[in-house]
Amino acid sequence: MWKWLHPYAKPERAFALCTTLLPWFGVSALLILATGTIWGLAFAPADYQQGDSFRIIYLHVPSAILSMGTYSAMAIAAFIGLVWQIRTAHMAVAAIAPVGAVLTFIALFTGAAWGKPMWGTWWVWDARLTSELILLFLYLGVIALYQSFEDKEQGSKASGVMALVGVVNLPIIHYSVEWWNTLHQGATITKFAKPSIDSSMLWPLLLCILGLALLTGAMCLYRLQNELLRRESHRPWVRAMLLEEEQNAV
Amino acid sequence: MQFDSFQSFLAMGGYGLYVWLSFGVGLLSLLLLWWHGLHSRRCLIEALRKEQARQTRIRASQQNGEKHESKA
Repeated sequence: MWKWLHPYAKPERAFALCTTLLPWFGVSALLILATGTIWGLAFAPADYQQGDSFRIIYLHVPSAILSMGTYSAMAIAAFIGLVWQIRTAHMAVAAIAPVGAVLTFIALFTGAAWGKPMWGTWWVWDARLTSELILLFLYLGVIALYQSFEDKEQGSKASGVMALVGVVNLPIIHYSVEWWNTLHQGATITKFAKPSIDSSMLWPLLLCILGLALLTGAMCLYRLQNELLRRESHRPWVRAMLLEEEQNAV
Repeated sequence: MQFDSFQSFLAMGGYGLYVWLSFGVGLLSLLLLWWHGLHSRRCLIEALRKEQARQTRIRASQQNGEKHESKA
């Protein structure tokens, strides 16, 4: 498997792979996300306790799950980049971080807009909310650290270490609703137990999670391509690709 | 369909402000992220093109220079 996987670390192969995957991710993301959102907003029944305000779940839970999933992906890329010194993995870290930061922001914002009508407050300093806020700061720290170095090789090493240290925060976010008393409700979907949500509400939620995951993938692929172009700009393959594009355009 | 009219769909049983605020801000931030990616791609390609044209000009002028020198 490694023999098969390894050539994709080569920047030009990675770029070509992104080009092949992007339309699949993009189109399926938009279709699934649109279906899930419309289903959730208009067709799923209202909650017996929270009324129609529960519909925020269709953006809140997907973005919250993915803010953590994206962080794990970024940390794995940072680990590969640091241990095996694969430059493409470092570029993936730089590409993933802004996407994750936006997902975390959406999770926090929709959480606040859901908290106001249900808890009577936009924000409380409880474990779940605070640890998710720390996740946002971790993302911003990784981005800032990467940007602050003139030499991008140095910058990716520093931001990679920061991404790895920040992994400690992930289990804290996940278990925060069990370890501490909190206003935040427990998990809706778990791997081991029957979900605490009716299937008429669960299906659109699963679609929204899948759709947003694909959209996240598409955005990361596109940004990885940008990063490859930026850091490989002096390499012959970039020059050859530009020339080819010009000839096709004429 | 859970709502009998478009009005009641917008009202979201009284929670309209919070639901639409969430989805509005969420959509806006995703669009901004998308736009930022597209915009930086455009800037990158333009910078690469410029640099390439400059390199071609330098090479051309160097070749011209060599010709002039050989004439002299």
